[in-house]
Amino acid sequence: MCDKTIICRCEDLTAEEIREWIARGYSGFEEIKRVSRIGMGACQGRTCRRHLLNELARAGGISPAEIDLSTFRPPTKPINFAAIAGVDQDAKNS
Amino acid sequence: MDKTEILIVGSGPAGLKGALAAAGQGARVTLVERDPFLGGQLVKQTHMFFGSKEHYASERGFKIAEKLGKAVKEDPNINIYENTTVLGYYEDGVLSLEKEGKFSTIKPEALIMATGAQENTLMFPNCDLPSIYGAGAVQTLMNVHGILPGKKVAMLGAGNIGVIVSYQLLQAGVEVLAIIEALPNIGAYHVHASKVRRMGVPIWTSHTVLSAHGRETLEKITVAEIDADFKPLAGTEKELEVDVLCIAVGLTPLTEILFQAGCRMAYIPELGGHVPLCDETLETSVKNIFVAGDVSGIEEASAAMVEGTLAGLKAAYNLGYGRDSYGELVKAARLELDALRRGPAGEKIRSGLERLNLAGKEAS
Repeated sequence: MCDKTIICRCEDLTAEEIREWIARGYSGFEEIKRVSRIGMGACQGRTCRRHLLNELARAGGISPAEIDLSTFRPPTKPINFAAIAGVDQDAKNS
Repeated sequence: MDKTEILIVGSGPAGLKGALAAAGQGARVTLVERDPFLGGQLVKQTHMFFGSKEHYASERGFKIAEKLGKAVKEDPNINIYENTTVLGYYEDGVLSLEKEGKFSTIKPEALIMATGAQENTLMFPNCDLPSIYGAGAVQTLMNVHGILPGKKVAMLGAGNIGVIVSYQLLQAGVEVLAIIEALPNIGAYHVHASKVRRMGVPIWTSHTVLSAHGRETLEKITVAEIDADFKPLAGTEKELEVDVLCIAVGLTPLTEILFQAGCRMAYIPELGGHVPLCDETLETSVKNIFVAGDVSGIEEASAAMVEGTLAGLKAAYNLGYGRDSYGELVKAARLELDALRRGPAGEKIRSGLERLNLAGKEAS
């Protein structure tokens, strides 16, 4: 097995990949989210947000308090479009 | 769309007490809980609480959940939605909900967020291997579902959660090889730490996990001693054969709905990360949006209960309920909260709250 350090489990991203983005000049939370998809998976960043914040702070020599987070949007957990549209899935399947 | 006077999200110690306080003043409350049962983290806490009688000293967490849950269910002013998750907050004050695959919306006049916190993870090679768990997840697995996580466990983190879960693993007949702690000192209360030590579990301070190994699932971990800058000391590596690694390295408040609602937030490490600015009745910068419990800063269940009471009283007051009794009840709850935070154990939370107050002053 290869020894990978996963930072974002939902999007299968390694810490190394994120550090490469930072080394290439991407310094904002939102920027890195857009280029890598970090935090855009099923858990909506609940696992990796803290790690990315710390990586950005360390790379920039600043406190995590100085870093702007990306926008939080609904939904907080995955939900079917059918449910939002009000389709009765039980009736549809029967 | 549904309507309610006060919507409370989360039925842990803060949410339950908040519901009882607001309903006690005459307000109509809707209590939303993601799980199929009330109690939040209390339901898996088999250990006894400390402190005074009004904070359920010598009672076990799950018994407190039963007691408060029963009171909430019997209260005619409280409507309960179990198995329900809040999905989002919209600018017109409407929240969206998901209950067993069904979508709905609700508009409350006041909102109390008592969502609690999530476990932090740690990054190291192969940290995503199966059988690497959050310590709280293992506690849920054992104490709620009756499932053992494995046979040989290493615990990372000697704070209260790490040490208490280690003890409960031992009680369940699981071998705990070591408790590994990056700091030079043990964070847990001494009563808990000395109990696991007496049972033969070593606590290695100034140590960390360098990497995990295994093909399909965890087989062993590499541990090393670290210096004051948390850098591993060469030559101190050792391998530990374990089939479970528990991570107990702190919690982060679950704040996404507060961000969506536009509450002003501040990053306060002592409180666990980003937390909302709030006044002494836990009202955030957005009128009629309150917080209570770990979402307002990581603390413990007794403080969460009092915060729930304060938020419940104030939310009801804002809607015109309990105008006569409000002042005295809030004063008593504030005194209780101050008493809980006194002494060396409350030092971290006191300094965190001080920083939060400063951030609030700067913002206004």
